[in-house]
Amino acid sequence: MKIHEHQALALLQEAGVPNAGGQVAFTVEQAVQAARELGGERFVVKAQIHAGGRGKAGGVKLAEGLSGVEQAAGEILGKTLVTPQTGPSGKVVHRVLVAPALSIAHEYYLSILTDNETGCTLLMASTQGGTEIEEVAKNNPDKILRQQVDAVAGLRGYHITNLAAGLGLEGEAARDFAAVVRGLYRLFWDKDCSLIELNPLVRTQEGRLLALDVKMNFDDNALFRHKDIAALRDPQEEDAREVEAAQHKLSYIPLEGSIGCMVNGAGLAMATMDIIEAFGGQPANFLDVGGGASAEKVAAAFRLLLADKNVRCIFVNIFGGIMRCDVLAEGIVQAAKEVSLPVPLVVRLRGTNWERGAEILAQSGLAITYEPDLAKSAHLAVSLAKGGVQA
Amino acid sequence: MSIFVNRDTRVLVQGITGSQGLFHTEKMLEYGTRVVGGVTPGKGGQAVLGLPVFDTVEQAVRATGANASVIYVPPAHAADSILEAAQAGLDTVVCITEGIPILEMLRVRRFLQGGKTRLIGPNCPGIITPGETKLGILPGDICKPGRVGVVSRSGTLTYEAVDQLTALGIGQSTAVGIGGDPIRGTGFLEVLEAFEKDEQTLAVLLIGEIGGQGEEQAARYARDCMTKPLAAFIAGRCAPPGRRMGHAGAIISGGQGDAKSKIEAIRSCGIPVADTLDLVGEALLQAVRAAGMDEALLRRQDC
Repeated sequence: MKIHEHQALALLQEAGVPNAGGQVAFTVEQAVQAARELGGERFVVKAQIHAGGRGKAGGVKLAEGLSGVEQAAGEILGKTLVTPQTGPSGKVVHRVLVAPALSIAHEYYLSILTDNETGCTLLMASTQGGTEIEEVAKNNPDKILRQQVDAVAGLRGYHITNLAAGLGLEGEAARDFAAVVRGLYRLFWDKDCSLIELNPLVRTQEGRLLALDVKMNFDDNALFRHKDIAALRDPQEEDAREVEAAQHKLSYIPLEGSIGCMVNGAGLAMATMDIIEAFGGQPANFLDVGGGASAEKVAAAFRLLLADKNVRCIFVNIFGGIMRCDVLAEGIVQAAKEVSLPVPLVVRLRGTNWERGAEILAQSGLAITYEPDLAKSAHLAVSLAKGGVQA
Repeated sequence: MSIFVNRDTRVLVQGITGSQGLFHTEKMLEYGTRVVGGVTPGKGGQAVLGLPVFDTVEQAVRATGANASVIYVPPAHAADSILEAAQAGLDTVVCITEGIPILEMLRVRRFLQGGKTRLIGPNCPGIITPGETKLGILPGDICKPGRVGVVSRSGTLTYEAVDQLTALGIGQSTAVGIGGDPIRGTGFLEVLEAFEKDEQTLAVLLIGEIGGQGEEQAARYARDCMTKPLAAFIAGRCAPPGRRMGHAGAIISGGQGDAKSKIEAIRSCGIPVADTLDLVGEALLQAVRAAGMDEALLRRQDC
């Protein structure tokens, strides 16, 4: 799960990690009030969306005085930001962060995440902080310092010393850096994070070390034990269809194609999309119905697929393991009657009781194209989506 | 022989009194698995399906001589169950549970390092040695005893692969679902090592997915150290680019882990990769023929 920058900054504050601070505002008036309370002359107004690349898209503005904040907030709030991470349709800005502008002497990069290859947590740091960090990693990998931290032995002084030395930090700066790393590591474990990224972590002209921008992701599997974090979820940032799918325990990702897919298991769902594409079609989505698909769940899945106006054909591909194909076929028939499908439906069932499942579909009197062979059924779906004749 | 489990494996079910545990225990018993008892804290002394229930794994091992377990415990408690099973000295622990917090699994994996317990999973369908035993939720009736090893990250893709082999008249020595979580017990590499050593296994089918580096490592191992033919399939060629994890995810993956780079890496090791899922059985036969092996050996019943 992702959260907003202003929420992440508040968590850093709680963990004792120095940061640029600021206040969140949902309206221009609130933004001006926030600036008034913060005091000072120069501010930065930052769009709060769950995607990076805001600065280049015009979502971060420097503002002089309260009138500057008023103007900047007016320009950013309600604007649709398109960045490389938002997708082509972009994201509407519903809230901004107002923070004091800092005089920056240097920008560093610092992150902590789980490294699936080694099974450790990994600290990464660089003197080349800022928006070009991925370029730095690609072209000058030596500029990215890494320290593996064992999950059982934990964070030790030498990890921090190695990073600080690599960053060229000494004396007070090194001590400030140690406090930042310790705070991050503690927060990472306390809140079951999957990533905390300070980019940049800045040294100000006054010599202070502050987190200026932070990205914080959390392990969805662990949200059950962090009600405070779960409460930070912002549904406005999520695709409405994905939210609805999640309510029915369906895993759904919309795509651009014309064949609506309903499959059990993530691996088979991906392989189904792949075979559709290999045969010249385009999948409209990824949809994993999981184990045990009731008529209710199938109907919810059909409705979800049909809400996508690009869908010209629905392809159901189920391998019944524990899920019995006859039970699933009954669910499909019931759901198809309930939803009354305006597009052709191709069903491929294999595995437990598939023959009985095929009978149920055949006897339903509904226009369902049943084909047990994977390749043949995928070809049928592709041809029907292109307006081909029903077999 | 087979790998990891066989008809002599004495199995405990952790979480036997839950609905999943109960349902699948019945299925395992029907298949012939030697289930010797169950564990549910607080329900020790009860009996379920004629099997004794214990409060802890240690007590269950002492009373039954179990050497393996399968875990159907909710995610909040499943990491504890794995640790408990390892501490009680079980050889093989299969964790079906999906949704265990990742940081829990980091510690579990460290605890298991260097110990005798092999963990399969979590978030996996389990393991089956056809005709002998199954630990987990794999449907037994699509399997057939034989000579091909199957290893996969995905549950339903394991079933597809096994089903295609069976339809071609090719049986399986053991099929292992290693699970879909990023932090797991047994990986592709260790399963290949075991298949290479196993006399019953003549060839191996590997079913991978996008993400991570496990398939590439396995392919290099197969090229350098395996005498047995291997074929592969990778799901996710047209998957949308993953949900980004800040810059850090991109930095550590270095642009690897997508289907295209995985397939290229595997093919560059001389291993055939099926273009589409319907062709995995064919890909295996191709690998077998390329190795100069008589494919009729794969169809022999007497193993």
